[in-house]
Amino acid sequence: MAHQVSSHEVAPHEHHEHHHVELGFWQKYVFSTDHKVIGIQYGVSGLIFLFAGFTLMMLMRWQLAYPGHVLFDSPALGKLYQMIFGDKMIGPDAQGHPGVMSAELYNAFGAMHGTIMVFLGIVPTAFAAFGNFVVPLQIGAPDMAFPKLNMASFWSFLLSGVIMFASFFVPGGAAKSGWTSYSPLANITDQAPNMWLTGQTLWIIGMVFNITGSLLGAINFVTTIIQLRAPGMTWMRMPFFVWANLVTAFLLLLAFPPLEAAAIFQFMDRIAGTSFFLPSGLIVGGQQVHISGGGSPLLWQHLFWFLAHPEVYVLILPGLGIIAEVQANNTRKPLWGYKAMVFAILVLGFLSFIVWAHHMYLTGMGAAVSTFFQTTTILISVPSVVLLTALILSLWGGSIRFTVPMLFATAFLPMFGIGGLTGIPLAFNALDLYLHDTYYVIAHFHYLVAPGTIFAIFAGVYHWFPKATGRMMGTFLGRVHFWASFIFVNGVFMPMFLQGMLGMHRRWYDGGASYDVSKVVVWGMSGFDWNKVISMSAWGLGLAQLPFIFNFFYSIWGGKKIGRNPWDATTLEWVAPSPPPHGNFDVQPSVHRGPYEYSVPGAEADFILQSEPTSATAPAAPALAH
Amino acid sequence: MEESHEPHAHHDHGKHLKLYLGIGGALFACTAITVWLSYVDFGSSRANFIVAMIVATIKAGLVGAIFMHLLSERWTIYRVLLLTGFFVLGLFLLTLLAFHNPISL
Amino acid sequence: MEIPFNVTARPDTGLYNAKVGVWLFLASEVMLFGGLFSGYLFMRLGAEPGYWPHGLLNVPVGTMNTFILIGSSVTVVLAWAALKMRQFTQYRIFMLITILCGITFLVVKLAYEYPQKFEHFGAFIKKDALPKYEKYLGNEYLAGKGLPERVEITGHLHNREALNDSNVKEYEVALDPINAEPTDPASDRPHFWPKPATEKMVTIEKEDVQYASVFAPRHSSYFAIYFTITGLHGLHVLGGVIVFIYYLLPVSTALYRQNPEHLANRVEVAGLFWHFVDLVWIFVFPLFYLL
Repeated sequence: MAHQVSSHEVAPHEHHEHHHVELGFWQKYVFSTDHKVIGIQYGVSGLIFLFAGFTLMMLMRWQLAYPGHVLFDSPALGKLYQMIFGDKMIGPDAQGHPGVMSAELYNAFGAMHGTIMVFLGIVPTAFAAFGNFVVPLQIGAPDMAFPKLNMASFWSFLLSGVIMFASFFVPGGAAKSGWTSYSPLANITDQAPNMWLTGQTLWIIGMVFNITGSLLGAINFVTTIIQLRAPGMTWMRMPFFVWANLVTAFLLLLAFPPLEAAAIFQFMDRIAGTSFFLPSGLIVGGQQVHISGGGSPLLWQHLFWFLAHPEVYVLILPGLGIIAEVQANNTRKPLWGYKAMVFAILVLGFLSFIVWAHHMYLTGMGAAVSTFFQTTTILISVPSVVLLTALILSLWGGSIRFTVPMLFATAFLPMFGIGGLTGIPLAFNALDLYLHDTYYVIAHFHYLVAPGTIFAIFAGVYHWFPKATGRMMGTFLGRVHFWASFIFVNGVFMPMFLQGMLGMHRRWYDGGASYDVSKVVVWGMSGFDWNKVISMSAWGLGLAQLPFIFNFFYSIWGGKKIGRNPWDATTLEWVAPSPPPHGNFDVQPSVHRGPYEYSVPGAEADFILQSEPTSATAPAAPALAH
Repeated sequence: MEESHEPHAHHDHGKHLKLYLGIGGALFACTAITVWLSYVDFGSSRANFIVAMIVATIKAGLVGAIFMHLLSERWTIYRVLLLTGFFVLGLFLLTLLAFHNPISL
Repeated sequence: MEIPFNVTARPDTGLYNAKVGVWLFLASEVMLFGGLFSGYLFMRLGAEPGYWPHGLLNVPVGTMNTFILIGSSVTVVLAWAALKMRQFTQYRIFMLITILCGITFLVVKLAYEYPQKFEHFGAFIKKDALPKYEKYLGNEYLAGKGLPERVEITGHLHNREALNDSNVKEYEVALDPINAEPTDPASDRPHFWPKPATEKMVTIEKEDVQYASVFAPRHSSYFAIYFTITGLHGLHVLGGVIVFIYYLLPVSTALYRQNPEHLANRVEVAGLFWHFVDLVWIFVFPLFYLL
């Protein structure tokens, strides 16, 4: 009854669809439906947004290290600062010179740094850019399942970025209530000149477009991976990178909508005067607010964190996928524990939906519900440790080539370890009572994202740049980029653990100077003094990116030219030309092996491509076996 | 790509037409019933709520099983829906649990 | 370059791409409406007694709209079946009926139900002022019957300027029957057929009022969630209608001539979306109109 629809109807089509309708510039490079172009569009936009978010942070770090000082102690810069942000946001120092960041502007930068880095930087770069470019190639597909939808996702994302960026320039400035946008503050703040033209409302509108783009993209990823795997590409022959993207896409698909619901509620609260998140009897500025009341600020937190916890796994999983690929390739041996890693990542994705209230331990939850969330949070560390352990054990006995991608991949492992392990104290309600909202938390999650995911992104860029452009990036500049970044990133975040344990709070605009009365001194410096070390490391980290930016653009035209497989890798993307044409493969590949056939005993070379037939499946007939 | 084979999932659509109309009638009936039942007092507001939700679930089940062909769908789809159902329940139940279990000092 | 399995099913999954895609989309929609309904739960559980109203929505109209939407679900699946059986004219007829049902649903909602709400007014009386308005609330009578007390006076606001002008110190309201005859047993619970506001007038002092508004989203958490959920649902109905109109346009007829199975799949996928929209309404209707 359910007879086999023979897939021979697939293969011949690859040849005769050569209409060669020559697409114009706009359709080829701007409104393209080709997953590789879209991937590059996401990548370039994402890197620009990452840089923008980083710039915001560099400005904040001045304020933290030298509160009350004119920007970089330069009157010229101070004046420029005031010209850009206005004199409501940039005030005078004690001597009356302009150029001191106000508390409102600090909060705006803080909130937007978080929003931009998470939603406009990491997700588009680590997930959308690499996923779009590499996943169809790695599974042997000609493109994503829904190319037009893919294009729509990108433009929705870009629109959200434009809206977020524009929000800096409305009266009142950008959103200031944290990237978490907690009610009631997020509801009642920013009211002039009208509710529509405020940073906080534009934040909500931007988020809705961003979420829409992510949802449409997630649908595309999952459908593509389920439906468009090449013949012979069974689930357990997929590269780990594809598994990581599959789980990430599911997380986005199912976790984002409740935040969209919450964003709509918050929008209604601001625009239509509803009280979804405003309790009865709310008093602001000594006056009772004229609202119906009956709402709950906690509802916002639940709906927000329902997304935002899976979101942090969205931030790390594609990075883990990239590291797995780079590592297997540069150790010349298969991943150890591939099956365990696959099951670990599936369990991790599943558990990530039921841990969210560990962000809410201080909201007055009772014993039953806190215990539930503590238990699931501790449980979720198990698959994370499985993944890290498998990656570390995969190094054993390998012939490690320290190419630039491998430098980043190797550094990723201990950094991810530090980030993950420092999360364990936070999982416990009792310890979180002290550590919540301190710099300890900032250090914890930044270790995962900055020397974690961002290093993975760098590894991915150096690794797949040759495939996308046909040229290698320069090695010397790559090494400089790596070592400088590695040293400075630790300089930024390691002292923050100390500051957090000393009790220094997040989002304090004076860097803890007023708290410094406690005068606890560790290694000759108080919590506040460490700010100077951190800030200088942050500026050093910024400078460390310059070799990368130069290398990236220079190599597009001047890098060493290479062929299809410069890294001697085994996965399918290296079968296609560099760069791959529209449709990717000359002939649809069929898969005969697992993804990491490195150093197979008895083989000629120390790697075998996935599409290389085994002796059992050597093709006899021209039609491809499946 | 021209039509070379007949759609094989539901081979006899003619038979199904009667089924669709029948289910439509059942849905109309259930709607009338749920409106009527809402004016019957089942004791507590919780009981009224449960009765209404049971009827709604029956209606939803009919739409899902027959109109959306879930009764004859593939396991890929079932897996996606089971996961979704689990997470939506998690959202409801855990949020309710948090609401009903505030800190007691 | 052709994407495989766009029209024919992939052998091992038994599905064509758009079907996987639409079910994934519907999964995300389940989570979206799940988030919205969890908001409903929170609002309802957290509402102070008397602040979650009953019987303020027009049940006969809501029931009729439910019939219309269910009917359109039937016609869309009949349209798809006609397409699978290559009966193109039948398909067009059923599709047209589906579209008309969808439009009717929206028109009833936007041109009748919503404006009716905006004409209706309610004032929540402050706790210590409740005895003053006893003859419009009937709380002693309700307490005697073991029923929860009333805290709101509703009806038609005659001096609309009172809403925005702080110089006007009272509301002139033509009372709803429930406040005109609060001790009439017929007012104890909501009725199927709504009754219009009576001629009986009351003057409510603004200083006795906790909060007053027309029945707009800002009126109470009930109307906030009602307008939000039905508004979003309505947007989904509109989206579905637009897609269905596209499937009646000449471009879709051309697709039918070229590859009828492709059009059948598209209609099936759009139909799945439409059934989901119907599903949501199946829960919205009792939760807001009946309970």
